[in-house]
Amino acid sequence: MLFASLLLGRLNMDAFRHNMVVYTGVVVMTLGLLSAVAALTYFKRWKWLWREWLTSLDPKRIGVMYIVVAMLMLLRAVSDAAMMRAQQAVSVGSNHGFLSGDHFQQVFTAHGTIMIFFVAMGLLFGLLNLVVPLQLGARDVAFPFLNSVSFWLYVAGVVLVNTSLPIGEFAATGWLAYPPLSELQYSPGVGVDYWLWSLQIAGVGSLLSGVNFLTTIIRMRAPGMTLGKMPMFCWSVMGSMVLVVFAFPILTVTLALLFLDRTLGMHFFTSGFGGSAMMYVNLIWAWGHPEVYILILPAFGVFSEVVPTFSGKRLFGYTSMVWAIAAIVFLSFIVWLHHFFTMGAGADVNAFFGIMTMIIAVPTGVKIFNWLFTMYRGRIRFTTPMLWFLGFVATFTVGGVAGVMMGMPPVDFQLHNSLFLVAHFHTMIIGGVVFGFFAGLTYWFPKVFGFTLNERLGRWAFGFWLSGFLLAFIPLYILGFMGATRRMDHYDASLGWQPLFIVAAVGVGLVCVGVGFQILQVVVSVLRRKDHLDLTGDPWNARTLEWSTPSPAPEYNFAITPTVETRDAFWHTKQSGKRPAPSIYHAIRVPKNSPIGLFIGGAALTAGFAAVWHIGWLAAVAVAGVVGLVMYRTSDDNTTRTISAATIAKTEEAAAAKRRYA
Amino acid sequence: MKRARVFGIICIGGLGALLIGVGVWYARRHNVAVLNTQGTVGNAERRMIVFAALLSLVIVLPVFALTFGIAWRYRAGNKKATYRPDMDRNRWFETAWWVIPSVLITILSVVAWRGSHQLDPYRPLNSSAKPLTIQVIALDWKWLFIYPDQHIATVNMVQFPAGTPVTFDITSDAPMNAFWIPQLGGQIYAMSGMSSQLHLMADHAGDYRGSSSNISGKGFAGMTFTARASSMSGFNAWVHTVQQSPQRLDQAAYSALARPSENNPPAYYTLQAKDLYNQVMMKYMMPMGSSSPSAGTGQDMAGMDMSGGMN
Repeated sequence: MLFASLLLGRLNMDAFRHNMVVYTGVVVMTLGLLSAVAALTYFKRWKWLWREWLTSLDPKRIGVMYIVVAMLMLLRAVSDAAMMRAQQAVSVGSNHGFLSGDHFQQVFTAHGTIMIFFVAMGLLFGLLNLVVPLQLGARDVAFPFLNSVSFWLYVAGVVLVNTSLPIGEFAATGWLAYPPLSELQYSPGVGVDYWLWSLQIAGVGSLLSGVNFLTTIIRMRAPGMTLGKMPMFCWSVMGSMVLVVFAFPILTVTLALLFLDRTLGMHFFTSGFGGSAMMYVNLIWAWGHPEVYILILPAFGVFSEVVPTFSGKRLFGYTSMVWAIAAIVFLSFIVWLHHFFTMGAGADVNAFFGIMTMIIAVPTGVKIFNWLFTMYRGRIRFTTPMLWFLGFVATFTVGGVAGVMMGMPPVDFQLHNSLFLVAHFHTMIIGGVVFGFFAGLTYWFPKVFGFTLNERLGRWAFGFWLSGFLLAFIPLYILGFMGATRRMDHYDASLGWQPLFIVAAVGVGLVCVGVGFQILQVVVSVLRRKDHLDLTGDPWNARTLEWSTPSPAPEYNFAITPTVETRDAFWHTKQSGKRPAPSIYHAIRVPKNSPIGLFIGGAALTAGFAAVWHIGWLAAVAVAGVVGLVMYRTSDDNTTRTISAATIAKTEEAAAAKRRYA
Repeated sequence: MKRARVFGIICIGGLGALLIGVGVWYARRHNVAVLNTQGTVGNAERRMIVFAALLSLVIVLPVFALTFGIAWRYRAGNKKATYRPDMDRNRWFETAWWVIPSVLITILSVVAWRGSHQLDPYRPLNSSAKPLTIQVIALDWKWLFIYPDQHIATVNMVQFPAGTPVTFDITSDAPMNAFWIPQLGGQIYAMSGMSSQLHLMADHAGDYRGSSSNISGKGFAGMTFTARASSMSGFNAWVHTVQQSPQRLDQAAYSALARPSENNPPAYYTLQAKDLYNQVMMKYMMPMGSSSPSAGTGQDMAGMDMSGGMN
C-alpha cells in the first residue's frame, strides 16, 4: 500500500470509474484519436507530420497547429454548452435531468475554462503566428524556438484538461475557482488540481508568447515601417501583448499560491488561519479583466484589416484608433473590481471602479464609429469576413450597453451572477472575439493554404451562428431579469423559466449546425481547392504587406525584405504600378526544425499530471527533464539552416508565373 | 431575384416581430423580478436600470442606423454612390465620437456615483420604523436566519414586516455565497470570517423568492428561500408561533445543521445558542489549532467587518 502510494500518489482504480455520460465522452474522444492515428498510418503520413508540422519552427505552421487544436477544443466546449442547456431545458420540478449537480458543475467549469484558455487563446496565438511576421514584413518571430515551446505548453494544457475526463474528475468550482470552494476543505478531489495545472502550464506558454510577439513587433518591423505606419492589426496585437506581459504573471502567482494552499497546507486563501479568499478574487480578476481585452483587441485588429480591404478604402481615423487602443490597455487594468461590486467594498471604491468601467465604452465606441466611417464612401464587398463584422457590430453594441449598465454598481447588485451577466459576457466574447477570429481566419486562410474558403458555406455558417447566438442568449437576458442565477442544474417548475431555457437550448443547437457548416466549409474547400486557388497572392485586393507574398506564403515569407514608405504599403505599391521584380536573390537563414519544444511540452504535461496525482518522483523527473531540455537546446549552436538563393529563385519565379497566369 | 430578396426581408422582419411579440407576451405572464420590484432598494435599482438602458439607446440606435445605412448605400453594386478611397480622416466626425459618448458616460458616471452612495448596501434606510435585525449564515446548502431579538431561528424561510427596514448581517460557514432577493433589492456576498450587511425594506406584503447567486458546491442550486413580508401583526403572530417550536437551536443542533445537506425544507427553531452569529464568524479568525473562540475576543474582533475596513 505504501509502495503503491509512493509509485502512483493518489491515483487508483477509482479514478477510472465514471457515469455513462462521461464514458460516452471518453469513447468519442478515444475514437477520434484512434481514427486520426489510423488515417496517419494508412496514408503513411507520420513522417510528414513529424517533419513538416510537429517539429517545425515556422510560425505559419505553428499557427495552423494552434488553430487546429483550438478548433478541436471548440468542439469539446460547444458540446459542454449543449449538455448544460439540455440539462437546464429538462431539469425542472420533479425531473432532475441527466446530470447530477456535481457533474453539471464540472461541465460548466470545463466549458468556461476550455473556451477561454484553449479555444480563444489558441485562436488568438494561431492568428498572431500566421499574420504578425508577414504583416510586419519580417521573416520570422523574434524567438522562433520559444514560439514552439509556447505552442507545446499550450498543447500540454489542452491534453491535461482533457485527461481529467477519463482519469479522475474536473473542478466543479466555476472557471475561476474561487476559494474557499476551491480549497482542499471543500474540493478535496483532483478536479481543482487538473484545472490549476492545465492553466498554469498553458499560462506560462501564453506569457512566453506575449514576450515573443511584443519583441517581434518592436524589433522586427520592415525597414521604414515606423510605428505610425504599422498596420492596425499589429497595433492591436501590441496592445494585447503588453497586457499579456503584465497580466499573466499575476495569474501564474495566484495559481502557485492556490497550489501551495492545496498541496502544502498553506493558508493564503483558506477560510480561517489568516487566509483571505477576497485576496484571491482580487488577484484573479487583476489578471482576468485584462484577459478579456487580450482577447478582444486582436479581434478589433482583424476588423481594422477586414473593413478597409473589403471597403476598398483606407482605415478611417488611424490616430484615433491607436489612442483608443492605448486607452483601453490602460483602463483595462483599473476596472477589475467591477467583477465583484457585491463583495461589499465601500461606495467610493465601487463608484470609482464603476466609472472607470463605463469610460472604456468611449474608446471602444470610437473604434466602432471609425470602422463605420471606413465603410462610408467605400465600395463594400459583402464577403464572409464582412458579414462577421456586421454581426459583430450588431451584437457587440448591445452587449456593450449591457456592460455599461452593469458598470453602475447598484445595477450590478441586481444583475451580478444572474444569467443576464452570462448573456452579457457571451455577447462580448462570441459577438466580439469569436466573430472577429472567424473573420480573420476566413480572411487570411488563402495566405496560408493557397486557396480561399467556400463563400456560400461560409455564409450559411454565419447565418446559423448569428441566429443561434441570438436565440441562445436573448432568453438569458430575460431570465436574468427574472432572477435566474447562473450555474443552476435545477429549478422550480412554478417559476415558469422552462420555455426560455428550451429556446436557449434550441439556440445552442443552431450554433452547433453553424459549427457543422464550418467543418463542411473546410472539407468542401479542400476538396474543390482547384476551383478557388489564389494564384495572385492577393485574393481580396488587400492593402498590407502579407498580400505581396505568394499564397501559400513561402517558409521565408519575403524573398527580398520589403521597404515601407506609407501606411497600407502594398496598396500603394499596387497603385503606383511598380511591383519590384528582382532578379537577384540571396540565401536566407531560417531556423532548423527542432523537436525540443515538443519534448518540453511533453515533460511539462508529465509534471502537471504528476502534480495533480501527487506522484512526487515523476514530478521531479519531469521537471528535471524540462530543465535538461532547455540546457541542451541553449548549448546547441547549430540551430539554423540556409535556403539557397537558387531555391528561392525557383520558388519566386514559380509564384510569378502563377501570377501571370492568373 | 429582386422579388426573392424582398420576400426574404419580409420573412425575416415578420419572424423578428413575431419573436418580440411572443417575448412580450411571455414576460407579461411571468414574474420578471428585477423589473417587478416590491421594495425601496429594488425600486431605486430598477429605475437606474431603465434610465441606463434608455440613455444607451442614444448611442445604439444611431450605430444600428449608420451600420446598415452605410453598408447598404455603399455596397459595391451601387455604382451611383460616391467612392473616396483615400478619405481617412475628418476632424469634426472624430471629435464628435470622442465627445458625445464622453458626455453620455459623464452623465452615467454622476448617476453611478450618487447611486453607489445612496444604494450602498451598508447604508441604513430612511424610515421612521425601527429596523429589524436578522442575522444570516450561509451553510452547505441552506440559509440559516437568526432573529437575535426574537430568540428564534429559521432555515430557508425568512419573514419580516412590510414597511420596516430590515438589517441583514450576513456571513458564511461554508464557501462564498451571495444573498439575493431580487424583488426587494440587490445582493451581497456571504463570506466566512466576514460580516457583510444588506438593508432592505419591502413595500408590500408578499412572498418573494430568494436564492444564492454564487456557486458554493453541489447543492448550490437548491439554496433558495422564501422571503415573506407580512403585516406587523402577522409578523408578531408568526414570531410567537416559532417561539413555541419544539426544535431548539443550540450548539449541538447547529453543528448538525451545518453539515452538508441539500434542498432543505423550511425549518423553525427557538434560539438557545447565545451569540451564535459572532461565534460562527470568529471561528475563522482563530489561530491554527484552537477550536473555539475564547470569550471576549469575539466581540472585539467582530468589528473587522467589511464596512469598518473599506468604507
